[in-house]
Amino acid sequence: MIYRNLLCGLALLLGSGLVMAAGKYGNLDQAGSNVFDRASLQRGAALFVNYCMGCHSMQFMRYQRLTDDLGLSEEEVLEFLAFGDQDLSNYMKSAMRYEDGEAWFGKAPPDLSLTARSRSPDWIYTFLRSYYLTEDGWNNTVLENPAMPHVLWDLQGVQRAITETREVNGEVRTEIISLELDRAGALSAAEFDGAVRDIVAFMEYVAEPAILVRQRIGIWVMLFLALFTFLSYLLYQEFWKDVKK
Amino acid sequence: MAKPASALAKGVASVNTWVNERAGVDEFYKKHLSEYYAPKNFNLWYFFGSLSLLVLVNQLLTGIFLTMHYKPDAETAFASVEFIMRDVEWGWLIRYMHSTGASLFFVVVYLHMFRALMYGSYQKPRELVWILGVTIYLVLMAESFMGYVLPWGQMSYWGAQVIISLFGAVPYVGEALVEWIRGDYFVADATLNRFFALHVVALPLVLVGLVVLHLAALHEVGSNNPDGVDIKAKKDDNGRPLDGIPFHPYYTVKDIFGAAFFLLIAAFIIFFWPEFGGYFLKPDNFVEANPLVTPDHIPPVWYFTPFYAILQAVPDKLMGVVLMGAAVMILYLVPWLDRSPVRSIRYRSWMSKLALALFVVAFVRLGMLGLSQDSSTFELRLWTFIYFAFFILMPIWTSFEKTKPVPERVTS
Repeated sequence: MIYRNLLCGLALLLGSGLVMAAGKYGNLDQAGSNVFDRASLQRGAALFVNYCMGCHSMQFMRYQRLTDDLGLSEEEVLEFLAFGDQDLSNYMKSAMRYEDGEAWFGKAPPDLSLTARSRSPDWIYTFLRSYYLTEDGWNNTVLENPAMPHVLWDLQGVQRAITETREVNGEVRTEIISLELDRAGALSAAEFDGAVRDIVAFMEYVAEPAILVRQRIGIWVMLFLALFTFLSYLLYQEFWKDVKK
Repeated sequence: MAKPASALAKGVASVNTWVNERAGVDEFYKKHLSEYYAPKNFNLWYFFGSLSLLVLVNQLLTGIFLTMHYKPDAETAFASVEFIMRDVEWGWLIRYMHSTGASLFFVVVYLHMFRALMYGSYQKPRELVWILGVTIYLVLMAESFMGYVLPWGQMSYWGAQVIISLFGAVPYVGEALVEWIRGDYFVADATLNRFFALHVVALPLVLVGLVVLHLAALHEVGSNNPDGVDIKAKKDDNGRPLDGIPFHPYYTVKDIFGAAFFLLIAAFIIFFWPEFGGYFLKPDNFVEANPLVTPDHIPPVWYFTPFYAILQAVPDKLMGVVLMGAAVMILYLVPWLDRSPVRSIRYRSWMSKLALALFVVAFVRLGMLGLSQDSSTFELRLWTFIYFAFFILMPIWTSFEKTKPVPERVTS
């Protein structure tokens, strides 16, 4: 009886847990970023402050936090990651004013503190590698007609879209089937993927700084609770001897 | 050495007597713990009552600490949650305990309710225990909905927008009612403020009060068991039920084991998987509420999706809302819809077993359909039909089915 009940319960739990739908954004490349790789976080932070923070803020992130979490000294953070006259307790805010951003791009560049959690690391990874140049300027296969130009173009180079015109249900459609590198950048394709992976890792970290400690603490909590469960089971058995006789 | 000890013992005893003469603590302790006789054959399903209480305490305690740093203000609410996640010592842990606890609350409550359906725990004389339980569930739904609005992310905002607008379906006064609930012409600061008040003060008070009544009513009539046997029918010479054992220490020690195992699972989610694949914390809720940007898809949190699916199954808004409300309210009638002479599913025929199984499948399937944006209308209606058929047809099959003889004493 008890096993049947157990099975019923498990089926219920799984039934409600396995509803996971397919990815929200269709086919994305796996970022493969590692938020626990300190060197990757440091490289990502440097790339972020140089290429992204001109326009985008990380309004919930303090420079201070980067010292312990990224293994840097206060001087290093101030020299390499905080530009201008910054205090360590400041939040990582872009120098661009909100109104200027709105005026220049039509839409103020969004804050990126939580983008890795709201969009997913895979989305950012794919997005940053999917820019291509058209006669009208930059476009992107992940986010069509983005307000943001391809800021990493000098690293990646210039990609062009390879299109194919097909007839689907009597309708002639031109679809992008792949992106091809037209002009090489400063980095090779593999190096560029690595650089984007570093940015993604940094953004994942900033989206949830606690991620660096919570799993490490979690292991000890789980071990303690496993031991506690075992001991409480022994206690239960001991007490119930006289009931079960 | 003996002298000071006995003086201390005397002191403790006199304080004990003093308090007992005035508050009856010993009597209370006996009635609800050391001399509350519970059936000795409780199985796995009987853990979920005490686990619900454990989660309630977790929500109250973590909630108090969150309130110390959270700001119920449309301008600063979202940032204050991120402040808790980053700058408050252990804030991330307290927040994840609260957000995971909210979902696990519904997990244990749903399993607890299923247990009652399976073993007929709502049957006479436990109708009031069931009614109080359903009321707790209703208040819990309101409590969690309002709590979900507080982080002021996109899903908080637009979820509130959708749910509150359902009241607009009420004829004649609908629009005025919606405005009255929101306190503004749209979901805004006023809404957030009142939801905060209700979430942290009013509803928790009601919830705790109802839980006390739920337990008081239960202890008056005694607990049911997997056999549905009345243990008070067979007593020993001292008037103690032969199949009963004192709640303390037997079930306290067993529930500690249950709680420890439950916490192990909870800790895994809290420390390793707090978003739980987007079911406990939705990705869209990491974007601050923006009244100007409507998300493409606004699904409710997983524990509401079965009812949301029932709403979607009906084309007419008013009828949909009525049906959705009926889906919850019909639970109140269960003690009178069940005409079976036996309580437990163990001594019922295949009809009851099939009906309960179909009901569970319908509830889970509706939950899955309610998450998706383009569920087939046919399927929505099929499972909605089965959901209601379970209750409406209950008097019929429970009257006609051939039950098995119930043993005099509990088995196993």
